[in-house]
Amino acid sequence: MTVPIVWYLVLSAALFCIGVCGFLIKRNIITIFMSIELMLNAVNLAFVTFANHWHQVSGQIFVFFVMVVAAAEAAVGLAIIISLFRSRNTLNVDQIDLMKL
Amino acid sequence: MNVAVFILFALLCLGGALNLLLQRHPINSALSLIVVMSSLSVLYLLLGAEFLALAQIIVYSGAIMVLFVFVIMLLNAGEEERTHGSRAAYLAGIPGVLALFAVLAGTFITLRLSFGGTRLGSFLVTTGDLSRVLFRDLLLPFEVTSVLILVAILGAVVLARKEH
Repeated sequence: MTVPIVWYLVLSAALFCIGVCGFLIKRNIITIFMSIELMLNAVNLAFVTFANHWHQVSGQIFVFFVMVVAAAEAAVGLAIIISLFRSRNTLNVDQIDLMKL
Repeated sequence: MNVAVFILFALLCLGGALNLLLQRHPINSALSLIVVMSSLSVLYLLLGAEFLALAQIIVYSGAIMVLFVFVIMLLNAGEEERTHGSRAAYLAGIPGVLALFAVLAGTFITLRLSFGGTRLGSFLVTTGDLSRVLFRDLLLPFEVTSVLILVAILGAVVLARKEH
């Protein structure tokens, strides 16, 4: 019994949209950052699915590089969050509005 | 069996993602994100990506999420405050997300016949296949990413250092 490829793609689209929703409605900066990771994972699932469909290794290579960049991004982003918390003493994005016009 | 495994772990994925959205405490969100990432690794295994499945567990659920949990505990982050966010985000954002999902899912479902199906073992990329491409054809990008990681480490150290 085979699993339709489309199910994987729809799952990936659903995860991506949940990630965007989290990015929009969450107020804690760490949770917003986790929503971004969720979106990256959703895109990775789509890459692996297409690699399977077209029998190409390059789709999985993309996922490998996305993982590397996500690891680097998480390290830098969390360092930014720590220094932000030191200077402003809050994690609420509504109070971190220095660059707002 | 393939379908049963897929449905089980797809539901775990969706449940974890929705739980991330609904929980107010960041540590609960982090734990549900670990559920999402671990179930995704099972889906990768079903799609024949054995190296990526293990890398997903080690790098994502291991390293990155430990970093997240560590920062949440370090900053002693409490429950999220109930403030209403920007109205533009609600008025334009949520319908926009729904429209995006409708377009994506609609496109995929229209094309479902040309995609066909897959099952465990129909296409298997071993670690050897992956490394042959990575270390022969893509050696330069691979080395460049190691420089990127080095820069990221330096940036993290500089940013998180205490100012004197």
